[in-house]
Amino acid sequence: MIASPNGHQNGNVGAGDASYVRFENVQKSYDGESLVVKDLNLDIPRGEFLTMLGPSGSGKTTCLMMLAGFEPATHGEIFLNGHPINNLPPHKRGIGMVFQNYALFPHMTVAENLAYPLKVRGMSKVEIETRVKRALDMVELPRMAGRRPAQLSGGQQQRVAVARAVVFEPDLVLMDEPLGALDKQLREQMQYEVKHIQERLGVTVVYVTHDQTEALTMSDRVAVFNDGRIQQLSSPKDLYEAPTSSFVAKFIGENNVLSGRIASIEGDTCRVDLDGGGTVGAVPIAVQGIGSRTSLSIRPERVVLDPGPDVPNGLDGVILELIYLGDHIRVRMDVAGNDEFIVKIPNGAEMRPLERGARVRLGWRTRDCRALDPVG
Amino acid sequence: MRLLKSLALASAASVVAIAGAAIAQDKQPLTIVSWGGAYSMSQQKAYSEPYTAKTGIKILNEDKSNEALAGVRSQVEAGQVTWDIVDMLQSDAQRACEEGLLQKINPDEWLAPAPDGTPASQDFIEGTLGECFIPQILYATLFAYDTRDFPNGGPQTIADIWDVQKFPGTRALENIPQKNLEWALIADGVPAEEVYTVLATEEGQDRAFKKLDELKPNIIWWTQGAQPPQLLADGEAAIATAYNGRIFSAQVDEKQPFKIMWDRQMFEVDGWTIPAGVKNEAGVKDYIFFATDTQRLADQSKYIAYAPARKSSIPLVGKHEATGEEMLPHMPTQEDNFKTAVRFDTDFWATYGDALEERWNAWVNS
Amino acid sequence: MTDTAMSGPASFADAGRVRDPSAAPLTTADGLPLKAALRRSQRRLRLQAVLLVLPLLLFIFVTFAIPIAMMMSRSVQNPEVSEFPPETAAVIDDWDGEGLPGEEVFAAMARDLATGQENNTVGRVTARINREIPGARGFMLGTAREAATLQPPYKEAMLAANKGWGNERYWRLLKRETRSITPAYYLLALDYEYDSNGAIVKRPANYQVYQPLFLRTAWMSLVITGLTILLGYPVAYLLASLPLRTSNLLMILVLLPFWTSLLVRTSAWIVLLQQQGVINDLLVFSGLLGDGSRLRMIYNQTGTIVAMTHVLLPFMILPLYSVMKTISPSYMRAARSLGASNFRAFVTVYLPMTIPGIAAGTLLVFILAVGYYITPALVGGDSGIFISNLIAENMRGTGAQVRLAAALSTLLLVGVLLFYWLFNKIVGVDRLKFG
Repeated sequence: MIASPNGHQNGNVGAGDASYVRFENVQKSYDGESLVVKDLNLDIPRGEFLTMLGPSGSGKTTCLMMLAGFEPATHGEIFLNGHPINNLPPHKRGIGMVFQNYALFPHMTVAENLAYPLKVRGMSKVEIETRVKRALDMVELPRMAGRRPAQLSGGQQQRVAVARAVVFEPDLVLMDEPLGALDKQLREQMQYEVKHIQERLGVTVVYVTHDQTEALTMSDRVAVFNDGRIQQLSSPKDLYEAPTSSFVAKFIGENNVLSGRIASIEGDTCRVDLDGGGTVGAVPIAVQGIGSRTSLSIRPERVVLDPGPDVPNGLDGVILELIYLGDHIRVRMDVAGNDEFIVKIPNGAEMRPLERGARVRLGWRTRDCRALDPVG
Repeated sequence: MRLLKSLALASAASVVAIAGAAIAQDKQPLTIVSWGGAYSMSQQKAYSEPYTAKTGIKILNEDKSNEALAGVRSQVEAGQVTWDIVDMLQSDAQRACEEGLLQKINPDEWLAPAPDGTPASQDFIEGTLGECFIPQILYATLFAYDTRDFPNGGPQTIADIWDVQKFPGTRALENIPQKNLEWALIADGVPAEEVYTVLATEEGQDRAFKKLDELKPNIIWWTQGAQPPQLLADGEAAIATAYNGRIFSAQVDEKQPFKIMWDRQMFEVDGWTIPAGVKNEAGVKDYIFFATDTQRLADQSKYIAYAPARKSSIPLVGKHEATGEEMLPHMPTQEDNFKTAVRFDTDFWATYGDALEERWNAWVNS
Repeated sequence: MTDTAMSGPASFADAGRVRDPSAAPLTTADGLPLKAALRRSQRRLRLQAVLLVLPLLLFIFVTFAIPIAMMMSRSVQNPEVSEFPPETAAVIDDWDGEGLPGEEVFAAMARDLATGQENNTVGRVTARINREIPGARGFMLGTAREAATLQPPYKEAMLAANKGWGNERYWRLLKRETRSITPAYYLLALDYEYDSNGAIVKRPANYQVYQPLFLRTAWMSLVITGLTILLGYPVAYLLASLPLRTSNLLMILVLLPFWTSLLVRTSAWIVLLQQQGVINDLLVFSGLLGDGSRLRMIYNQTGTIVAMTHVLLPFMILPLYSVMKTISPSYMRAARSLGASNFRAFVTVYLPMTIPGIAAGTLLVFILAVGYYITPALVGGDSGIFISNLIAENMRGTGAQVRLAAALSTLLLVGVLLFYWLFNKIVGVDRLKFG
């Protein structure tokens, strides 16, 4: 037994539920010169749908490959159900996996693909048959058993891939950008289906994607990766509403950034002098102290035009562009030196007409504006 | 005065040059087919270069004698004869001549007499001139061995070759029935002059193959003339059959410790043939007349250790051009070397070759 | 359809046309049949395509189709007896084939010999007959030289000149071979022949060479193909899985033999494998072998197999590599994540996916091997030569031997086509990937 540096006890079944998968001080380097994963610590409870989200090269896929056993960790330990698995080959880990290109075996029929993990496990013919049938029913493809993967549509292949990953009833399923190859509509539909299957089977899912919408709609928790580190690990709601860094604020959803300097901090609010002129209130989240630089983050839908007296933070802006989107209108403005400032105005009955070039007053509530680490 | 003289010389030279160019222009080049390698080289040095120097006629060389019979056949049958003179083995020339593929040659009309006036038909070694064939050289196929493998002396007779107890080691033989079957019969006790009579009978053939069976475990086969000296040099074989010229170059040029066993050398001739329907007959005739005279044939032996086919050339055989080695002792026709020589009977092989070659292939591959 | 239905009978006809094109052909707006219009619009494109491949088609026709057709026709042609003793050929048909023919056949032969001697064509028929009756050449040529002086009755005169003319088998052979097409060379190529009565029989055992050699050629080619798979598969796998820079370097090593002359490569094997060669020296030096028991690894089957496996290896590696390159590593990973050990994943997933490459390589290597010539000639010795070597040998011989060579070549070609057909049945040529 290896005593972990943080004093965690291994092999503890009770701990297995709260941290069914655990990364402990995991580091990974491919070339011995740079780290792709830098000191990763992560606990995933049983039954959770956890998404690793991040741009390409952020280390999320590497983490998944280490968990699946296809890449060895350079340092640190990975535990599955309390057992260290660093030296366990992939086929003994009992982890289901769905790949980006589905990786359905082209020389086998759908039924043979599904039977593959069962055959490997030495199950009886009858048993295999019932399980395959059940799995096909689950993904609503009962009549496709005899087809080859190449004869299926992208969505159907995707379902078969999911069915194959769960047909041998693993407790953990890994998914590596499984919906990346589908068109937008199908992707949205599949998001729900995958989520439903996960809920029905109660399996733990670790899901890798660079698509934030996917992450937000499906996950219990999202780990945002950047530069080999987890930037934020929280529920989709917190991720959007309460980003803790400029990177997360920018990566998740749309976001307006205003740069400035902290003028004062009073309790849970602060005043910020904007570089483009004016002073506004904000919630200090990641600031160094008075006088330090900060980037303010305001979501476009939280900005109001012609603010009433209850909105304390007011600035003037010039309308540069109007884009009509049906249910709302996107307005691009020049605000305090930022000419990419976006405001979303719901297409309500009482909306007043807007014109390009017009000067407009706008504002937001102090709690909707978060002062984060400075960018650029 | 001096100026005048040099002017006169210069103009004379230019007249000669122009005249030479005019002659060269109206005389067509000749295409001569031969074996390539050192052998072609010796022909070019002894015949073609002096001929071009004398007449200005260019000689184009092709190294296709390996396929001479097939090549002449297809050219003659198609009526497109592009080869003017073809170097062939006597046996091939005989086959081609009987098929009507070659021009018939009257030796006394076509060929120069010996310096003493002996007509050409009397001057060539008996039995070598053919209806369509003018021999140039006489060469021997014989056994040679590496002296390093036999410190107490190598084999002296054909019977010794078969004695693997006394003379152990691998024998490299050419993968053809010709000569091997003759030697097998000689080793089995058939007198040399009766070999072909015996070999013409079914029992004689069985006897020859049976004798070869004895040696088969100790044989490796060669197919190209360059192989046997190499096999001896590499130590792959202790004894090999080879053409005497090849062994000579290995001995003299490469200083290999090889020795030739002249006993029962089998000699045959190689020479010129002319495809039937050749276009430039006058040009061909002129070249042949020049290239087969007594001096030219003797000259060839300066470059390669094959004997001139004219008796009158033998006294003129001199020293090896490259090393200064006296050539006469290396000639297959030299008295000591020639004592037990066996003439390779092309007529026998033209009659029995097809069947014996098939039986040979069946035997080798069994 | 509802508005068509409402606009009356004419529209019904239109609708019918759409549903059933055979009833009346579709036309374009200006009344041209649609098919004709389509053909015309594509004619230019098709013409361009034809023009582009025309040089290749011509080239193949001239350098490939015509020579092969000529070779095949040569293998059955039999002009010697019917053309070179023409008078004999004309009268011998009337002879019943019993005993010796009568005076008129002998007289015709005497005239033919005289003409043949004059035209220098006797040799063509003597070579043909001598092929089956060794010795016939001698008495025919001998009598031909004196043909002009022969006096009737010719039968007696010729029998007196040479008793060979009394050979009944000789005359029966002449009678049989006046036909202009003969299967005789195919019989020979399969080790059969005509006996003295004209019946087809197997040749005596000590003349049987072609059939065993065909079998050996096929068998050794299979062994060589198998070895190239065994050796080439791991190399191709390495090439396909290494990073591009390294794999390019390795690829050059694989292709290097391609850029080296076949003769040089084969000679290199001689240096390595001969009894005083590098490998034997090493074995003796290391004490594994006594100096007296050096292995014979060349000038036999081993030599041919080793050298040819080396020479043909790239033809296996390249198609394998091109297939493996397209196989994403995720298939193996998928198989392993599903619980298969490395070995099992390889056998059940990777290997089946590379079958198109294996099949293409097998086809290439086997067919190339079957026709190989230079390498077996140089290192095959006696037990390691191929049928091509005997074809080449016969090619250089007499007219009859050339025809035999043509028959052997045709049989080899048929064998290769048969292999291709079988292969297509079993594997399916449309599944192959050559790279």
